[in-house]
Amino acid sequence: MNISKSPWLLHYDGSSCNGCDIEVLACLTPVYDVERFGVINTGNPKHADIFLITGGINHQNADVVRQIYNQMPKPKVVVAVGICACNGGIFKECYNILGGVDTVLPVDIYVPGCAARPEAIIDGVVKAVALLDEKRKKAAAPPQRKEVG
Amino acid sequence: MELVWRIVWVAGYVLLAPLLGGLLAGFDRKISARMQGRKGPSVWQPFYDLYKLFKKQSVVVNNVQDFLVYGFLLFIVFTGGLFFFGGDILLVFFALTLAGIFFIMSACSANSPYSAMGAQRELMQMMAYEPMVLLAAIGFYISTGSFSVMDIIAAKDSAICYLPGIFAGFLFILTIKFRKSPYDLSTTHHAHQEMVKGLTTELSGNILACVELSHWYENVFLLGVVGLFIVNSTWWSWLIAVAVILIAYFLEILIDNVFPRVKWQNMLKASWVVTLVAGVINLLILTMIK
Repeated sequence: MNISKSPWLLHYDGSSCNGCDIEVLACLTPVYDVERFGVINTGNPKHADIFLITGGINHQNADVVRQIYNQMPKPKVVVAVGICACNGGIFKECYNILGGVDTVLPVDIYVPGCAARPEAIIDGVVKAVALLDEKRKKAAAPPQRKEVG
Repeated sequence: MELVWRIVWVAGYVLLAPLLGGLLAGFDRKISARMQGRKGPSVWQPFYDLYKLFKKQSVVVNNVQDFLVYGFLLFIVFTGGLFFFGGDILLVFFALTLAGIFFIMSACSANSPYSAMGAQRELMQMMAYEPMVLLAAIGFYISTGSFSVMDIIAAKDSAICYLPGIFAGFLFILTIKFRKSPYDLSTTHHAHQEMVKGLTTELSGNILACVELSHWYENVFLLGVVGLFIVNSTWWSWLIAVAVILIAYFLEILIDNVFPRVKWQNMLKASWVVTLVAGVINLLILTMIK
């Protein structure tokens, strides 16, 4: 059995225009129903496996995002949804925007789009789920010893 | 010989209750999804969740909290074990309360406002359902002349013949015990809450898995109490009991999906009014005719 059968998701809205947020929530509606893959939208970082961020990072939320990420137990995966979360998007040149999520966190999956379509978001989450298993295997395996000489 | 059977029942409970409780939770999610027009996850989903939680890194807030959660699990298993052993129903309900106190204290031990809020609300919930639980125990005693579960199931008539009001009241507080909407104030499985996850906010990994496991044990025990109202000395009463348990569980799922959450004042008022009207009047009439 794989841990990827039960991906619990934490959604954080950076400086998104709410376009992507609405699409994320659309994934939970009867039309797309991500819960059929076991995905639960949890509001608690300590219960989450996947950290899904919409919108770019600004000076105010950089620490918040970092703290949420640090509260999540391993293994964890970060998914950046929407072009703003990927690289800052249309707000990239704004004085208060640092850029995409990868300016503060190691992002695993990028889901582009403005707004990202629910199909794309589900695809990104499914890819993230596969990464969860990989990360767990890596953490479980003993560290490789380097042969010297 | 009788003792052997009773030990078999306890062993069956300890080993099979997680399986049964998990499956019930799985069907709960499936049926809820269908009620909302969704496909829903597999019925095995709760087991996948539990496995995942055991495999995750455990972020320990403090050691006392872990100890208290283990206490919760232990006393829930003790409660159910004693019940299926055929022990004293009064002692069973007291052990259930003690388990609940362990859970509340585990939430209090974490220095988190959400966790503390969940603990306070859980205390409110206890205040709301405890009177009805005690009335149920007293009702069993008056109708069958014994607090012992063994004697209650050996009675000539089903307890529900004498306790229809108390049965209805018990079903009412079952919504609180199952943490179903409208009374899922302290913690819930539903998404996005103003209090994050309430009682379980600060729990993660295997400790959260222990809480989940305790809930499965608890649910099986509570449905056992529902069955206790029906079972009498005849063999076919067991079949009716199983049917009533399934109907009661379906009813809880339906209520969960139909009603929005209420404030604690509303919960306390409603559950005490039901306790007074259904429970106390039932008991008064019973003392008069018995």
